[in-house]
Amino acid sequence: MSASSSSNVKTHGHFRATSFDYVSFFFSGMTGLATLLILGILAVILGNIIVNGWPSLTWHFVSTIPKKDFFDPATTGVLPMIIGTTIRVFVMTMFVLPIGVITAIYLTEYAPTGSIVTRVIRAAVNNLAGVPSIVFGLFGLGFFINFIGRHLDELMYNPGPVWGQPAVLWASLTLAVMTMPVVIVATEESLKAIPPGLREASLALGATKLETIVKIVVPQALPGIMTGGILAVSRAAGEVAPILFTGVAYYMASLPGKLSDQFMDLGYHVFVLSTQSPDIERTRPILYATVLVLLLLTFSLNFVAIIIRARVRKKLRALG
Amino acid sequence: MATNQNQGKRSHGWMGIHRGHKARPMEWLAEKFIFTVSLSAILLVFLIFIFVAREALPIFLGKENSALIKTVIPPEQMDQHGPEELRAYLKLSEKQFREMDRETIRDLMLVKQEAQNEIPERLRNDPDAKLDTTEWSAMIKPRQWAGYDQPEYIWQPIGNIHKYNIVPLIVGSLKITLVGLLFAVPLAVGAAIYVSQLAKPRVREVLKPVIELLSGIPSVVVGFFALLVMATVLQAIFGYQTRLNAFVAGIALSFSVIPLVFSIAEDALTSVPRSYTQAALALGASRWQTAWQIVLPAALPGVFAAVVLGFGRAIGETMIVLMVCSASVMSWSIFDSARSITTTIAAEMAEAVAGGHHYRILFMLGAILFAVTFVSNMVGDMVIHRLKHKLEGKR
Repeated sequence: MSASSSSNVKTHGHFRATSFDYVSFFFSGMTGLATLLILGILAVILGNIIVNGWPSLTWHFVSTIPKKDFFDPATTGVLPMIIGTTIRVFVMTMFVLPIGVITAIYLTEYAPTGSIVTRVIRAAVNNLAGVPSIVFGLFGLGFFINFIGRHLDELMYNPGPVWGQPAVLWASLTLAVMTMPVVIVATEESLKAIPPGLREASLALGATKLETIVKIVVPQALPGIMTGGILAVSRAAGEVAPILFTGVAYYMASLPGKLSDQFMDLGYHVFVLSTQSPDIERTRPILYATVLVLLLLTFSLNFVAIIIRARVRKKLRALG
Repeated sequence: MATNQNQGKRSHGWMGIHRGHKARPMEWLAEKFIFTVSLSAILLVFLIFIFVAREALPIFLGKENSALIKTVIPPEQMDQHGPEELRAYLKLSEKQFREMDRETIRDLMLVKQEAQNEIPERLRNDPDAKLDTTEWSAMIKPRQWAGYDQPEYIWQPIGNIHKYNIVPLIVGSLKITLVGLLFAVPLAVGAAIYVSQLAKPRVREVLKPVIELLSGIPSVVVGFFALLVMATVLQAIFGYQTRLNAFVAGIALSFSVIPLVFSIAEDALTSVPRSYTQAALALGASRWQTAWQIVLPAALPGVFAAVVLGFGRAIGETMIVLMVCSASVMSWSIFDSARSITTTIAAEMAEAVAGGHHYRILFMLGAILFAVTFVSNMVGDMVIHRLKHKLEGKR
């Protein structure tokens, strides 16, 4: 075997020396260049933000609640934005994780392959993933605020609008709708990767299908489900368009305390700082620092997700 | 086979009770619950469609009237008109109308009449003041507005006369999307070919997640980068007039399209059976020839789907375009500014009065956007589904 392969290499090298294929070389190089260019874009964006943002990223900046004029570099901070983003993402996870995981369980464990219902569910999930984020914002406004919120107010005889206006809850629900496909796809992937032998063994021991799923399949798929949750969180943390009309506030003097409060948000703050600053040169350092905080948040989450996923794949490969 | 299926059906039982088995109503309930929850994705797509369209319905039905000067019904002639007519005239909901007595309605009509009388003479003589700008003809066809030399497409929702021509927005969206796709597709597909066909397996395992990391950059950050850094750099290189234009927006937009197109195209290329590649290589083709003449044609529908889905993503992208350019000018030049549909919705919703015509038009734009992306998603999805089916059959 080894002898034949080594002789193979020799003849291969021989051929290449006599007829060098310039066309192949050129086009392979082009695709390689395209790859490099994409990597370059990524590196430039990240490098630019890190280099410019790092010096202004101080503990004071991260832990200060700013005054009304948050464009002033000396006194500003991003604490309420960090808290606002965290709250909305946390509430979102409460809603999206159960629904997404249960849907994925249905699709992998129960759904009859090829049935129309299954195909329609899949099509709906894929479609949900492709709906523009601004349309989710409109949906949140039209459905959660103008329909559910107003009717809640009527039912509870609130004197003024309490639920029929932008609020953390509505922003979180809008984001939950948006990130559902992310959770479903990641969970499905991890469920599919579990070897069928595990399920069969459990069934053979007399466990029912539901018992098998709850006690064998889901615990095995837990890292994958976590990955889905983390990816959803990281996606949602950076989204601004869906919360524009459903809950974000330009400025709030106090932190949000109820689900019906509005909130300040990191991504929206980046938008405000970069488009509404009276003096862009002066706000540039805090703008970069804010972007860096946002990036650290989303990227560290992404990174964790990638590592968990790689580990799970390795483990499952060993199992299967 | 048929008898097998029948038996399968019979053993389903009634509410989890099987003949010769222990009754399991809880299990049955749980299964039904799981099924019901999984239908929520379908429900949500429907809800999105219904509730975005609901707010835009008066525009679609032509019930909204944005004209500055409307025909006035004087309070004295109140009895000559039916209650339904009066209700529509005063824009009241049925419930509100029922709860009001005659005097209140009369007062409302008086207020309305006075408001119309207060419109200054200058505007009263404007030929545009009587035009309902929410009609389809006003939204799509160019019009020679008072003070203009020729018919023009104008989107100008604020002011005495609300100009709601949506053509500049559609052109703006298409312009930016086109630039984005022209830049993103060759790069993303090239990289997909390289990563899936030419790179060594070890390199591939690093490259794929790194490129997909690009999709982890929030669009507001890409927008910020384009606004502060790219706009200046690109202007220095190309030397055009307007610093913030459709070109900058398009290039920035491509950063969010590249990871999507890349990962779908890469998936499609990787799903081409190994036997194809091996056969081509065995016949003496080089790696590039195999990739270009064998693998790419086999996976072409998948690459097409990637482009279609990339189009859907590009036309729906909001924050990048919102931050980079927002002036609504009717121009096909990519070096002019542009205002896309998404930008318009995001920027103007805050100042639109809830329930007013501006608000409804913005929802209508959202409904159009949803319809466009819905179709492109469906097409892309179907193509990928068929391709997978075909290639899996041949594996």
